[in-house]
Amino acid sequence: MMQHEQLFQSKIDQEVKIEPLDWMPDAYRKNLVRQISQHAHSEIVGMLPEGNWITRAPSLKRKAILLAKVQDEAGHGLYLYSAAETLGTSRDQMIEDLHSGKAKYSSIFNYPTLTWADMGAIGWLVDGAAILNQVMLCRTSYGPYARAMVRICKEESFHQRQGFESLLVLSKGTETQKQMCQDAINRWWWPSLMMFGPKDADSTHSDQSMKWKIKRKSNDELRQQFIDMIAGQVKLLGMTLPDPDLKWNEERKHYDFGEIDWEEFWAVVKGNGPCNKERLAARKKAWDDGAWVREAAKVYAEKQSKKILKSA
Amino acid sequence: MFAINKYYYGDIPDGGGNTSNAQFSAENEWPLWEVFIRHKQGLDHKHVGSLHAADANMAIENARDVYTRRMEGVSIWVVESKNIHASQPEDAGSFYDPAQDKIYRHPTFYDLPDEVKHM
Ligand SMILES: [Fe+2]
Ligand SMILES: [Fe+2]
Repeated sequence: MMQHEQLFQSKIDQEVKIEPLDWMPDAYRKNLVRQISQHAHSEIVGMLPEGNWITRAPSLKRKAILLAKVQDEAGHGLYLYSAAETLGTSRDQMIEDLHSGKAKYSSIFNYPTLTWADMGAIGWLVDGAAILNQVMLCRTSYGPYARAMVRICKEESFHQRQGFESLLVLSKGTETQKQMCQDAINRWWWPSLMMFGPKDADSTHSDQSMKWKIKRKSNDELRQQFIDMIAGQVKLLGMTLPDPDLKWNEERKHYDFGEIDWEEFWAVVKGNGPCNKERLAARKKAWDDGAWVREAAKVYAEKQSKKILKSA
Repeated sequence: MFAINKYYYGDIPDGGGNTSNAQFSAENEWPLWEVFIRHKQGLDHKHVGSLHAADANMAIENARDVYTRRMEGVSIWVVESKNIHASQPEDAGSFYDPAQDKIYRHPTFYDLPDEVKHM
């Protein structure tokens, strides 16, 4: 066992990817199943807030874009579920864990999408934050997860760009459109910062994840990277970020920023965000309503394969 | 405790993993398929991932939607994951050993005068 463990760690240290059949510590496997399935659930639940606006998109062009983006997110969920399955968990088990509340998904999707501008803010800020995390995960130590991430990253860049462009149009529009744009930024800014998770000092999984190279950057590092990026881009929109403490720090070569409301963060994680119940209910309903389809297709396939056997 | 109830890529051990404490096994799921895509004419099909589908037709259609939304392919193969047999990583040492000391199989083993061009 000890020998296995050392060999495993030395592979990781030498940047050799771990593949499904390789020996790995139980805790590594468990940690990955938790993280990848949570990531998959986030992609799937993440379709709901945006799906809310598909029928109300302001033009056919925006509707087609939003549809394509939401469809991408479904694809991301599927890539990730299959990556998690290579670790020996079943799809049904993961979905059951989501529905029972045992598995989490990103808290950001527990916030409501109140106006059309939220579609832009989500693409720019939420996908923007996700991308930083995902770019890092393209180099994660587990092969199937890394490969899923590479595929996802190729598709994400359109998500962020369409969001920013959509806000750019609003920012050049009427007074009402400008206000709508600023309001969406105000509401999505802080929840986006929370997407990177607790501060490094309070993060339970971080150390081990870094040692196993599942993660390669800490929550705080990624968050800072995001703030620096967005603080620059928001100027191009002629908008502001809702943080009076946001200020360039010449010494650190980074933006300083105000304190995140951690009480809100934990409340939403624990299920008390504005839309937790609604999101989970929507997922369960979709699953239950689809039960007869899954069953019928399975029985039909079994019948067909028997027919083929007979006629052969 | 985390339950390992499935193994993929042909690695299905006799007696299973520790399947006993898995609540939701894969029993009711549609089978899993491995997807291979030819990116363009002239290239090999390459493994891109997997998905669940009730039968081969559905697997190909789903593969189109999941793996070729941006013209990533001109041809799709699917094969049920349980039909894939794999070499075992623990045997890799001895399994690939016969190739290890045969450096004369590589062109760089041969020292030729610089005057020899195009060889
Ligand atoms: Fe995504
Ligand atoms: Fe996205």
